[in-house]
Amino acid sequence: MIEVHDLSKRYGAKTAVDHLTFSVQPGRITGFLGPNGAGKSTTMRLILGLDRPQSGTATIDGVRYADLREPLRKVGALLEARAVHTGRSAYNHLLCLAQSQGLPRKRVEESLALVGLTEVAKKRAGGFSLGMGQRLGIAAALLGDPQVLILDEPVNGLDPEGVLWIRNLMKALAAAGKTIFVSSHLMSEMAQTADHLVVIGRGALIADESVDAFIARSSDHSVLVRTPQPSQLAKELERTPAEGEADGVTVATAEDGSLIVRGMTAQEIGEKAAAARVVLHELTPQRASLEEAFMEMTRGSVEYHADLESQTGGAGAAGGGIADAVPPGFAPPGAVPPGAAPPAALPSQDRAEPAVPTSGSEAAE
Amino acid sequence: MTAATPDAPATVSAGRPAEGRRSAAFPRLLAMEWTKFRSVRSTVWSLLAFVILTLGLSVLFTWLTTSQWSKMDPTQQLAYRRDPTGNILGSGFVLGQLAICVLGVMVITSEYSTGMIRASVLAAPRRTPMLAAKALVFAVVTFVVGEIVSFGAFFLAAPILHSKVPVSLGDKGVLRALLGAGLYLMMLGLFALAIGTLIRHTAGAITGVIAFVEVLAPLAQLLPGSLGKHVHAYLPTEAGHLVAQSAPGTNDLLSAWQGFGVFCLWTAVLLIAAGWVLKRRDA
Repeated sequence: MIEVHDLSKRYGAKTAVDHLTFSVQPGRITGFLGPNGAGKSTTMRLILGLDRPQSGTATIDGVRYADLREPLRKVGALLEARAVHTGRSAYNHLLCLAQSQGLPRKRVEESLALVGLTEVAKKRAGGFSLGMGQRLGIAAALLGDPQVLILDEPVNGLDPEGVLWIRNLMKALAAAGKTIFVSSHLMSEMAQTADHLVVIGRGALIADESVDAFIARSSDHSVLVRTPQPSQLAKELERTPAEGEADGVTVATAEDGSLIVRGMTAQEIGEKAAAARVVLHELTPQRASLEEAFMEMTRGSVEYHADLESQTGGAGAAGGGIADAVPPGFAPPGAVPPGAAPPAALPSQDRAEPAVPTSGSEAAE
Repeated sequence: MTAATPDAPATVSAGRPAEGRRSAAFPRLLAMEWTKFRSVRSTVWSLLAFVILTLGLSVLFTWLTTSQWSKMDPTQQLAYRRDPTGNILGSGFVLGQLAICVLGVMVITSEYSTGMIRASVLAAPRRTPMLAAKALVFAVVTFVVGEIVSFGAFFLAAPILHSKVPVSLGDKGVLRALLGAGLYLMMLGLFALAIGTLIRHTAGAITGVIAFVEVLAPLAQLLPGSLGKHVHAYLPTEAGHLVAQSAPGTNDLLSAWQGFGVFCLWTAVLLIAAGWVLKRRDA
């Protein structure tokens, strides 16, 4: 089991990892999700003792990585950046790593065979393609038959066959009771592979829950409504909770004056509008893809938490579910004019959140 | 935690043989570093180049000296008579030692430039034992190769010089100088390794080492009076190479072993700094 507690890392003025706390359980694949620059690689480097955190701890079965006596027998790691001397053959690369852990040469051959590099074992790693380099990295990770695997973007550079192979490999290892912690910036990839998700944005935790729960929450849909009487319709929709809908309805106003309604079907909205004698110009169900939902959710999440805390006295701090993290005025990207700020968060006040790009916070990479 | 966790905790490994076997770890790191060293073509080639270059230059310079002997300055002739061994070795080593400097730097900086350092640090997360193992492997290699070269150069060049300055292994200080030449090269390699670890970038580190070896000495001599003389005498390679001379020079402030001791101190301080920095820095 990997346990991360209150982990923080700054590079100069930039905070790459911001008080992260989560744990990774054995026997399943835990996906580590976040946009590029969210701090995934940094978090993994901190767990592996490559970087020193400013605060917090990261342990593997209760032991810091740096205190492991034979670390490669306990933890296998694939880093995003290559960690192979270009002038050394694949065989010798694995051999020197095996020797450092007291592993027999047989393990080197087994690992090479497992990733399908036996034929090029004596070739210089510098001449390997991206996919072959990735396979060599995976061979190094599996060398010590470790209990814990930490894989940073393992499908990078792999062909479709390779992607399928690594997916099945991870599933088999998880089924064998191993702890698998695998990062990706692609929601679609994680949806097919992971059992559990840890989602971060700008170094802070956004979600730590099962994939099913994540999908259930982030794929709910909204309805775009255009009307000449928006405030009247908004009041009407929010006043009466829809039948069978426990959580009520939220209405947000987009910049062009249209309404984004969540928690209600287009049919219900149309019926309500007719009953209230409100004219409708457009009534379009919007369905965000998982990918879009994820991107919207991770964008500007830190600012959102700060605002919410000041408004509600600390409720919904980092560590809450997705519902806390999704800006209430969330709308599919298509509903917002390009370059415009996301729609106002609350219907009563026209608070505009700037769309802050999340890239660039991972300075050390 | 709503996801399924099938029969997981049972497989968590308890009581691996890893704990409490610290003594076994260092020989493993030595094996690792030896494999790293021998499995990269560039290191093997640089060592070969060093051997051929140094032997060739020693023979060439000695042959030139003997053929020009009658035209030489009497003070130069005197210097040859006083320390024939040091002159034989010095002529080839002046250039040959640069190969050792480059190799010492590259042994660590190539790990940084290729990213191998991350694999190394993952395998040896306490880091300083890895540096110690690397230093020991490299020291043994440079010492052995250095001795081959110094004895080789002597046995090739001494017969050429014989007609002008007879010198044999049994002469006073000769054996010490030949052994000392290997020790000097070994220490020079470690010196370069330490600077490479501190600077991490190949070009910068090589520049740094060359500055110590080739640039600082003439600069120090420009300092006025005895200050310049003292600074010059205590520079790492100026002090260190005294051990590779069979007889002390007329102006030497330090004896052969004192000089080597000064070089060892420089190297030790830099290696400790390198270990400290390696442990503290992000890899």
